Amino acid sequence: MNDWLLPVLFIIAALAGYRLISAVPSLLHTPLMSGMNALSGVTVSGALLATAFAVSGRSELFGAIAVVLATINVVSGFLVTDRMLKMFKQDRL
Amino acid sequence: MQVIAHKLLDLACVIGIVSGIRLMNSPKTARRGNLLGAGCMLIAISATMISNQIVPVKALWISMALGAVIGCLLAVYVTMTQMPQLVALLNGFGGAASAIVAFVVLTGSTAAISGVTRLTGAIALVVGSVTFSGSLVAVAKLDGRMTSLPVILRGHFILNTLTLISIVILMPLVAIASSNSTTMLSVLSILIGLIFGILLAIRVGGADMPIAISLLNSLSGIAAATVGLATSNLLMVAVGAIVGSAGIVLTKIMCRAMNSSIIDVLTGKTTLSTTTRMAIGSVGPDASTQTTQRAQTAESMAAGVDEAAAIISAAKKIIIVPGYGMALSHAQVQVKQILARLEAKGKQVKLAIHPVAGRMPGHMNVLLAEVEVPYDKLYPMEAINHEFKETDVVLVVGANDVVNPAARTAEGTPIYGMPVLNVDEADYVIICNKDTCPGYAGVNNPLYLPRQNTIVLLGDAVETLSTLLEKF
Repeated sequence: MNDWLLPVLFIIAALAGYRLISAVPSLLHTPLMSGMNALSGVTVSGALLATAFAVSGRSELFGAIAVVLATINVVSGFLVTDRMLKMFKQDRL
Repeated sequence: MQVIAHKLLDLACVIGIVSGIRLMNSPKTARRGNLLGAGCMLIAISATMISNQIVPVKALWISMALGAVIGCLLAVYVTMTQMPQLVALLNGFGGAASAIVAFVVLTGSTAAISGVTRLTGAIALVVGSVTFSGSLVAVAKLDGRMTSLPVILRGHFILNTLTLISIVILMPLVAIASSNSTTMLSVLSILIGLIFGILLAIRVGGADMPIAISLLNSLSGIAAATVGLATSNLLMVAVGAIVGSAGIVLTKIMCRAMNSSIIDVLTGKTTLSTTTRMAIGSVGPDASTQTTQRAQTAESMAAGVDEAAAIISAAKKIIIVPGYGMALSHAQVQVKQILARLEAKGKQVKLAIHPVAGRMPGHMNVLLAEVEVPYDKLYPMEAINHEFKETDVVLVVGANDVVNPAARTAEGTPIYGMPVLNVDEADYVIICNKDTCPGYAGVNNPLYLPRQNTIVLLGDAVETLSTLLEKF
């Protein structure tokens, strides 16, 4: 089942992403991008598994480095996006 | 059973993340959308750890804690001007993490893995490496640690082609390699990927950075998605694909805004290199003679400010055009003060934002939001460009290429055909720039030539705007 499921999911997600992102106004493109940064840190889930099930010390070390990098990505991405979005205010005159 | 439950939960998280992105449609709901995305990510990562029974593994917690601390520090201390560097850096980290995971999957497992897994793993290895080295070069360029001009090596095209060919040959080799040679071939793929990333990024000129960052953003997503395909990780495939196409959308928007193709950008065609700059020095007014013409004494400067203040006082409709020079001079606060002062006097004021103003997509909006300029005063180019005709005064603060009328006329220059803000259609143009040197694209700006309805106030924007503020 997995053989075709994942490629299909890849295509659906890519198309959905394309439509969703096209609808975001240029006003918010920078926070959108840092938000996408955070999402690309999803690789942390693969990194966690690779580290935990590593068969050698070398693999474990590499995996741990990947976990650190991907976590930076996720944490920093979401935080900085929030920091920016907080700043967008309407005119209250 | 548990596997299916985990997959369904992953799917639910993906749907949550997608809804979060939908909320990014409007500044009113965007913050909620980001929090929703973060929450879903947290649930998804926890679920991965629980369902695979790896919660007790100490190494994971130590690595995550380290990453979280560094991530927090980066997010708290970055300034809005440095945001492009941070985004580029994070793209690089994401790419590197994906490449490393692919490497561990390819080389660290004793069990036999299928050819498809190996091939997708190899793709992730290369894409991740390209993203990593390309992003680091972008960070160096954005941070001024490296020239913002395109660096073109001797035989650059041949080098590019050779690395591309070797990547195409290497990937199937990794897929069919015996377990002994996999490590060697994987390391080779990483190295060639790193070289390719550098070759691509050093050719990109400063003005094209928004496009380069968007592209690297896309690559970091594609790297994550391909690792997901290699490891049958539903979450990584779906989220990686979304990030990948998001980057492509932004790359397209940026390319359209600059009227250039991604190929032009990657081959450095959109910025004049130093040699061509001298060769076509005759294009437009020459910068050096301009400066002498415009060499402003203190008195002429004061007269210019007085004249500008008088024109602004008489105006009813004013458009402010901020550029990256405003950010370099930290004049956002003064721009906001001028906006408030003019509005208090009952004038209609709008800010016109070019899509590539700043160093990344949407950068200028963030720089202005930081000083609490209300976002409903910020108008994208397509919404405001027809209004310049009916505008009394345009105040340009630190913008050059994006208001250069030469883009409409100077055939053969890199900015020819690029949509610009039509500031020259307004009754008066007041330009507060540091100097009359050409902008990033290297094309001289005819607005600096003496024109009846243009006032050029040279110098630091903070000082110029402050003196201007005192006059009205």
